[in-house]
Amino acid sequence: MSITRRDLVTNASKLLVLTPAAAAFLACLKGETAEMEPKYKMADHYWAMTIDIGKCIGCGNCVRACATENSVPDGYFRTWVERYVVPAWPDEHPDVDSPDGGKHGFPPKEKAGAKSFFVPKLCNHCAHSPCVQVCPVGATFESPDGLVLVDKTYCLGCRYCVQACPYGCRYIDPDKQVVDKCTLCYHRISKGLTTACCETCPTSARTLADLKNPNDPIHEFLRTNSVQVLKPHMATGAKLYYKGLDESVR
Amino acid sequence: MNELVQSVQGFMYPDEVELQWSVLIVLYPFITGLVAGAFILASLERVFNVEEVKPTYRLALLTALAFLIVAPMPLQLHLGHPERSFEMFLTPHKTSAMAMFGFVYMWYLMVVLVVEIWLEFRRDIVMAARTTRGLLGFVYRLMTLGSMNISERALAIDDKTGWIITIIGIPSAFLLHGYVGFIFGSIKANPWWSTPLMPVVFLFSAMVSGIALVMLMYMATTWLRKRTIDMRCLDTIARYMFYTFVIDFSLEMLDLIHRIYQSDESFQSLDFMVHTRLWMSHVVLQIVIGTVVPLLMLAATQVLPLRDAVRRAIYASSGGLTLIGIFAMRWNVVIGGQLFSKSFLGYTTYKMALTTREGLLTSIVLMILPFFILWALVKLLPPWWETSGTKTAGGAHGSAV
Repeated sequence: MSITRRDLVTNASKLLVLTPAAAAFLACLKGETAEMEPKYKMADHYWAMTIDIGKCIGCGNCVRACATENSVPDGYFRTWVERYVVPAWPDEHPDVDSPDGGKHGFPPKEKAGAKSFFVPKLCNHCAHSPCVQVCPVGATFESPDGLVLVDKTYCLGCRYCVQACPYGCRYIDPDKQVVDKCTLCYHRISKGLTTACCETCPTSARTLADLKNPNDPIHEFLRTNSVQVLKPHMATGAKLYYKGLDESVR
Repeated sequence: MNELVQSVQGFMYPDEVELQWSVLIVLYPFITGLVAGAFILASLERVFNVEEVKPTYRLALLTALAFLIVAPMPLQLHLGHPERSFEMFLTPHKTSAMAMFGFVYMWYLMVVLVVEIWLEFRRDIVMAARTTRGLLGFVYRLMTLGSMNISERALAIDDKTGWIITIIGIPSAFLLHGYVGFIFGSIKANPWWSTPLMPVVFLFSAMVSGIALVMLMYMATTWLRKRTIDMRCLDTIARYMFYTFVIDFSLEMLDLIHRIYQSDESFQSLDFMVHTRLWMSHVVLQIVIGTVVPLLMLAATQVLPLRDAVRRAIYASSGGLTLIGIFAMRWNVVIGGQLFSKSFLGYTTYKMALTTREGLLTSIVLMILPFFILWALVKLLPPWWETSGTKTAGGAHGSAV
C-alpha cells in the first residue's frame, strides 16, 4: 500500500489536533483537570510567610524539598534550618549549628542548654530590600506581588547584592555564575500551589500567606500572636513573620 | 566547598562561607585611590600654585592615567558575566552606588584626565607630529586632532582651559574615590563597612597613597635618568603627604575609638576578628608598619635637621611603607568585611588561589600593568625636558628644570 503525500499531511494533521484533546479527555477520565491558562494576577496578591518556631522539628524536609524543586546545587541553600542551643546564662553566645543547612536533620547534641529550638530561614522578601537597592542593573527586583526575584539573564554576577543582604540568603550559582535565591517557588504559587518547603513541612511550621487575601489565616496569626521579623533594626520590611522568635536569634 | 566549611569557626549562615569579593576587589579601591591621589597632587601645582611640586606635575598626570586605565580591569575580571557589564551604561539602576561607577569613571577618564593631559601636552604633540616620521609620526598627528596651531594665543587658551578642567577635576577626583568608599560605607548589613566616615577615610587614604606613589615614581625616574633630585620638590611632596596622612590616621582612629566606645552588637565579633584573623594585616601591617612607622619617619623630617641623603632615604622607605599600609587597609576593609558572619557568631577564611581568574598571579599582573602603560605613556609623551632653555617643564606655564 502506498501513502500519498495528501494522506500523510491529512493524517499527521489529525494526530496533531487530536493528541492534546485525547490527553485532556484522559485527564478528565482520571478525575484530574487539565492545566488551565494561568489567570494569575499579580495585583491580587502580596506574598509573605508565617513561621512557628515552636512547631519546627528540624527534620530538614523543607531543605531537601527546596533543593529538589529548584535544583539548588550542593553546598548552597535557598532555605536552611538553624539549631539554637541557648545557655542558661543569657550573656553567653548561643551555640548554633546548621550541618549542611539542616538538610539531613540534626545529630544529637551532647551539651544541653537552657533551651533549644530550630529556626527555618529563607529569603525574607523584604519590602525595602537592600539587595534590590544595590543591584547596578536592576536584575534583582521586587515584583508587584511582593517577591524579590532575580532576572538571571540580566545579572552581571557582581555579588553586591550578596553583600547587601543582612540575612545571608543569596549565593552565586557556581554553574551559571549569576546570583540565586529563594523565589518563594514562584512557579508554584502563581499556579495556586504552595511552596515546596511549606508543602513538605510535616508540622506546618511554615505557611505561605497572602496578605491581600482577607480570608488568609495570616491575618488571625498576626492578630493573635506575638510575631517578630529577623533583624528588625535593619528596617528592611521583611515579610517572614516568626512566632516565638527568641532574642538570641540572629 | 567542604574545605571551606571545615575552616569555619563558630557559626556562619551556610551561604556566607564562601567569600564573594576576592583580592581583585582589594585592588580596585587601591588602584582607584592611587589615581585620585596622584591627580590631587598634580592639581596642587596647577590650581594652588605650589611651585615646588612642578617637576612632578606631568608625571603625576600620566601616572593617574596609567592607573585609571587599569582600574576597571579587576572589576571586569571579577564579574560572573563580564559581557553584560555594558548594561550598567544602558540600564543603570539609579539607587545603586555601583551603577554610578561607569559614569563617574568615564567622566573622570574622558572629561578630566584625557582632556587635561591633551591640553598640557598639546604643544609637544604638535612639535612631535611635525618632526616624527613613520608610524609614530602618524600616532602624533592623530593625537593633534587636526589642530597644529601652537601660537602664543592658542597656548594661552590651552592653559586657561586646562586650569578650568583641573578645577572641575578636583571635585571629580574626590567624587571618584569618595564614591568607592560609599560603595562599602552604605552597606548597612555589614557593620565593618557601614560608617559615614568610610568615603572620607577612603578619600584621605587615597590622597596619601597617590602622593606616596608619585613621590616614589619621581625619585625612581630621576634616578633612572641619572639626574639630581630636586630636594625642594621632594620636601614639599613629603610635607603634603605627612599632613594628609595625619588627617587620614586621625579619621581612622576616630572610627576605631567610636566603635570601641559604642560597642554595639557587632563589636565583640569584630574585636575578636581584629585580634585573631586580621591581627597581622590590620594591626601589624596597616597600623604599625604602614601608618605609625612612616608617620614617625615623616615627622622626623619635619622637625630634625637631616642631611639630604638621609631625607631621601626616609622619603623612599616611608613612601614604600605607606603604600603597603594603604594596600593593607583596602585588604582589611574588603576581605576583613567578609571574614565574619552577619550572625556575629562565626568566622570564615579567605584562601587565595594562585592561577585562577581571581588568583594571586592575576593580581600581580594587574599591579604591574599600570607601570608598563606608564612606561609607554612616558615614551610617547615625555613629561620632562633637559635643561636646554628652549623647552619648559610644566608646559606653557612651566619653568626650566
